Amino acid sequence: MEYLIIIISAIFVNNILLSQFLGVCPFLGVSNKVSTATGMSAAVCFVVTIATLVSYLVQYYILVPLHIEYMQTIAFILVIAALVQMVEIILKKVSPALYQALGIFLPLITTNCVVLGVAISVVTKEFSFGGEAHMLNLGESIVYALSCAIGYGLAMVIFAGLREQLDLASVPKSFKGVPIALITAGILAMAFMGFSGLV
Amino acid sequence: MSKFGLITKGIIKENPTFVLVLGMCPTLGTTTSAINGLGMGLATTFVLILSNMVISAIAGLIPGKVRIPCYIVVIAAFVTVLQLVMQAYVPDLYATLGLFIPLIVVNCIVLGRAEAFANKNSIVDSALDGIGIGLGFACSLTVIGFIREILGSLAVFGHKFAAADGALAFVLAPGAFLVLGYLMVLFNKLKANK
Repeated sequence: MEYLIIIISAIFVNNILLSQFLGVCPFLGVSNKVSTATGMSAAVCFVVTIATLVSYLVQYYILVPLHIEYMQTIAFILVIAALVQMVEIILKKVSPALYQALGIFLPLITTNCVVLGVAISVVTKEFSFGGEAHMLNLGESIVYALSCAIGYGLAMVIFAGLREQLDLASVPKSFKGVPIALITAGILAMAFMGFSGLV
Repeated sequence: MSKFGLITKGIIKENPTFVLVLGMCPTLGTTTSAINGLGMGLATTFVLILSNMVISAIAGLIPGKVRIPCYIVVIAAFVTVLQLVMQAYVPDLYATLGLFIPLIVVNCIVLGRAEAFANKNSIVDSALDGIGIGLGFACSLTVIGFIREILGSLAVFGHKFAAADGALAFVLAPGAFLVLGYLMVLFNKLKANK
């Protein structure tokens, strides 16, 4: 039951993109087409889940026992950068088809704040899903990370669909490009606000 | 470019938010009030100036292939310094800005300036560039925060000017996108008229 609440809350209620503003740059950058948005979302799902697992282990088995929690930011960004490189190399060898699909997005992901943001929140923030506020355990962290990434993907794909339609509309000159995209995102965020209070 | 030009270009001509469209996450996430926007802008400026200086000093020593990871480590080190300083002196602001302080590491403005400016220019010029771009970022964040605060909570820098409730949506997520979107339209319009 608690896992279900985590999933619904992370995907709809506290959507990482539309209510927490993480990963807005790639959101505006690669959401012109539904196909690229899907590719990017899949790559984010993959990396966020693994990065959260690894950084959770780094936090509780290296940083905390050594009392160097203040090194968190540096440690996590290095872990994520190395991880992205490794995923790229492994994927190239093991599954060339998947590499073809995700390849171009992987290098971009190191600087996607969703990855670092989720990794830091699961080890620093207390969450209350229905019950008392508590730090997440490993299982909950991974479910939370995956749900956040799915929520990111959902918002991204919906938005890409809207932008494809927007290309056909005649937009005033000053609104062209980023401004109209931001206003569209604002209206989409308003729609997602309708989910608040659900959990 | 003159030394003075380096400082002023970030405010209008190369404004990181409205012209370069970089660093969107903190721009949207922290501007619920003018003070928060200003705090975030100054925090980023701090990291930007110091990382620009250090990167400009060590750029000649780093092999080209591994430069990006090296820059990230330098930036992450200064972000850690900033975190410790803010926890000690402005704990309230640190708590409000929360996750967005460690996320300065992956702010594209900081890495972008390192790559585009600091690694080919002198230490003094890089510091001035950091000040200019940082102030431009702080200005735009303050403006966005100012507008959202007026519309959303009917207050100016924390002082309420009317007893009624504002339009809450402007403090919440949708308002961030809408205010930034319309400000960008205004910016484009003014630029086109010039």
